Amino acid sequence: MRILLVEDDAEVARFVKKGLQEAGHTVEHATNGRDGLFLAASEQFDMLVLDRMLPGGVDGVRLVETLRSQGNRTPVLFLSALSAVDEKVKGLKAGGDDYLTKPFAFAELLARVEALGRRPSVDAPATKLRVADLELDLLSRTVTRAGKRIDVQPREFRLLEHLMRHAGQVVTRTMLLEKVWDYHFDPQTNVIDVHVSRLRQKLDKGFDKPLIHTVRNAGYMIRAEP
Amino acid sequence: MFASAAIALVAVLWWATAGALDRQTDAAVRADAIALAERWREAGATGLAEAIEERLAVDVENESIYLLMEAEGTRRLAGNLDRWPNAPPDEGSWFRTRVLHDGIAAEARLHRIDLPGLRLIVGRDESEREQLRRLLTEGVFWASGAVVLFALLGAWLLRHALQARMSPVFATTAAIAGGDLSSRVALSGRGDEFDRLAQTLNIMLERIVTLMEGVRGVSDAIAHDLRTPIARARAKLEDAVSEAPEGARPGVPPDEATLRAAIEQGIADLDGISRIFQALLRIAEAEAGARRAAFAPFDLVPVLADAAEIYEVAAEARNQQLATELPERLDLVGDRDLLLQAIANLLDNAIKFTSPGGTVRLMAHTLPAAIEVAVCDDGPGLSPEDRAHAGERFFRADKARATPGSGLGLSLVQAVVHLHAGELRLEDAAPGRAPPGLRVVLRLPKP
Repeated sequence: MRILLVEDDAEVARFVKKGLQEAGHTVEHATNGRDGLFLAASEQFDMLVLDRMLPGGVDGVRLVETLRSQGNRTPVLFLSALSAVDEKVKGLKAGGDDYLTKPFAFAELLARVEALGRRPSVDAPATKLRVADLELDLLSRTVTRAGKRIDVQPREFRLLEHLMRHAGQVVTRTMLLEKVWDYHFDPQTNVIDVHVSRLRQKLDKGFDKPLIHTVRNAGYMIRAEP
Repeated sequence: MFASAAIALVAVLWWATAGALDRQTDAAVRADAIALAERWREAGATGLAEAIEERLAVDVENESIYLLMEAEGTRRLAGNLDRWPNAPPDEGSWFRTRVLHDGIAAEARLHRIDLPGLRLIVGRDESEREQLRRLLTEGVFWASGAVVLFALLGAWLLRHALQARMSPVFATTAAIAGGDLSSRVALSGRGDEFDRLAQTLNIMLERIVTLMEGVRGVSDAIAHDLRTPIARARAKLEDAVSEAPEGARPGVPPDEATLRAAIEQGIADLDGISRIFQALLRIAEAEAGARRAAFAPFDLVPVLADAAEIYEVAAEARNQQLATELPERLDLVGDRDLLLQAIANLLDNAIKFTSPGGTVRLMAHTLPAAIEVAVCDDGPGLSPEDRAHAGERFFRADKARATPGSGLGLSLVQAVVHLHAGELRLEDAAPGRAPPGLRVVLRLPKP
C-alpha cells in the first residue's frame, strides 16, 4: 500500500515509517498538517496515518475534515496522545476510520493499518466465508470444517467471523474487544486469549492442521498455511 | 424610562381634562345653536331674538354670548355683543377671539350660523375655563417635575439597594479572580432572586473546585504514583546493561540473549506503566465528573451479561464457576464503557482471589430507588481496616501482595460509582464463615 504518514515527532515517525516499509508498504512522510494536507489532496494514497495534534495550523481533525469535504474517501487512522473517549469520538466524527492511542505497539498499528487498507467491500456482502476447509455460513449462522458441523456460541461465531473477514491479517486483542465485544476497556487479564484458545480447540479438534495462529507480541491470524 | 412613561401619562391626563373642557363647551354651543335655528324655523326672526333675550336673562353666570344681525347691514337684532367680531369667518365655522360683552373684555369661543337674511353668533365666554386651563397646566407642570424628581430619587435608592445586595457577589467573584477559590457568596436568607443567584454561583464554584481537584489528583498521581513503576523498570534495564553474564569476566558486555530478554522485559514494564497511566487518567476523569457529558440511558443487564461472558472463560480456566443472577431489565443513565470496566475489575479481582473450585457470583436487583449490583467471591475477604483503605489508589491488602495487580482496580470502581452518584459497599460475603469471602455492592440511583 502507499501510505501517507503525517507525524511531527521525528522519532515516532522514523519508527513507524521503518516498520511499515519493512512490512512492504511505501511511505511518504510529512511533518506538519499543511504539508500533509497538500500531499493528501494532490497525490493518490491507499491510507493516511495522522497524528491528532500537528503543528502548522492544520491539525489532524482539520486535515480529515478538509479532505472529506473535498470528497476524498481515503481511509484514515488517527494516532493520538489524547485518550479520552470524547476525543476519540471527535476524531471518528471528523471522518477518521480508526483511532490508536499513544503509546502503541507497532504490531497493533500494522494490524490496524492492514485491516483498514483491505476492508471488505460493502457492495457485495458475502453469505459464506471460507478459509481452507473451514466454512462459516452467515445466513444459517453455522460453522463447518471439512463438512463436519462445529457447534459454537453466538459470541464465538462473531469472533470467528471477524477473524475470517481479516483472514491472513493480524487481528490484535484490543481490535477483537472493540469489534467483537464492542467495548472500550482494559480487561486487565488475558481473557481474550482464553476466548480465542477455546474457539481454537473447537475448530482444530480432530484436525491436524491448526487454522488460528498466535502472532507473537501482536495477536491472532487465521490462515490455511502455518 | 420611568420618567418618560410618567410624563406620557400626565400628557394623557392633561388632554383628557383640558380637552374635555373644550369639547364640552363646543357641544353646549352646538346644541344651543341647533335649538336657536329650530326656534327661528318655528317663530321667525322675532321669535329668535326673543329666545336669545330670554337666554341672556336667565344666564346668571354671564357666560353665554349671542349676537343676531341682519345678513347685510349692521343692525343688531338681539344679543350681548356690541358689534360683529373682527374677521368674521364663513358660515358654520368655529373660532376663538377676544370680544366685549356686557362691558367685559373676554376670550370667547364662537360659532357662526347663517340663516336666510340673518347671521347669528353663538358662543361662550371662556375666561373662567381659561383660568381653569392655566391651573391645570400649572398642575401638570408641577406633577411632571415631581415625577422626574421621584424617578431620580427612586433610581438612586434602587441602585443603592441593588449595590448593597450585590456586593457579596462582587466581593466573592473578585476574590476568585484573585485566586482564592474557597470564597463563597454569603446568602441573605431571604430566599429571593439574589439568593438564588448566589446559590447557583456557589454550586458552580463547588463544581470548579471539584474539577480542579480532579486535575490536581491526576498530577499528584503522575508525580507520586508513576515514579515507583518507572524506577523499577529503569533499575531492571540498568541492571541488564551492567550485569555480566554468569561465568564471564567483569567488564565484558552481556550476551545478546540476556540483553534481548532485558529489553523485552523493559517493553513489558513500559506497557504496564502506560496501563497504570491510562487507569489513573480514567479514575481522575471519573472523579472529576468530566465524563458525565457522555452519559446516556441504557439497559445495564446486557452489559453485566457481557462482563460475565467475557470473564466466564477466565473463571473456567481456574476451575471456578461464575454464576449470574440478573433481572430482565435494569434501566440506567450513565457511561456504559466505564460501568463495564468497573464490573470487569470486580470480576477480575474476585476470580484472582477465589481458590480453584470456588464460585464467583454476579448479581443484580432493583430496589425502590436504586439498582444494586453485587460481586461475591469465596476468597479470603478483607479485614474491616483494609476495607476502609480499599478505595485508595495503589492500596493492596497484605494478603494480596503475592497476587498480580496494580492496586487501582477498586479505586476505579469507586470513582465510577461516585460518578454515577452511587455508593460502594464492601462486606463479608458469608459472615462467620472462614474464609468470609468478599461481597462488593454497587448501589446506583435509578434515573
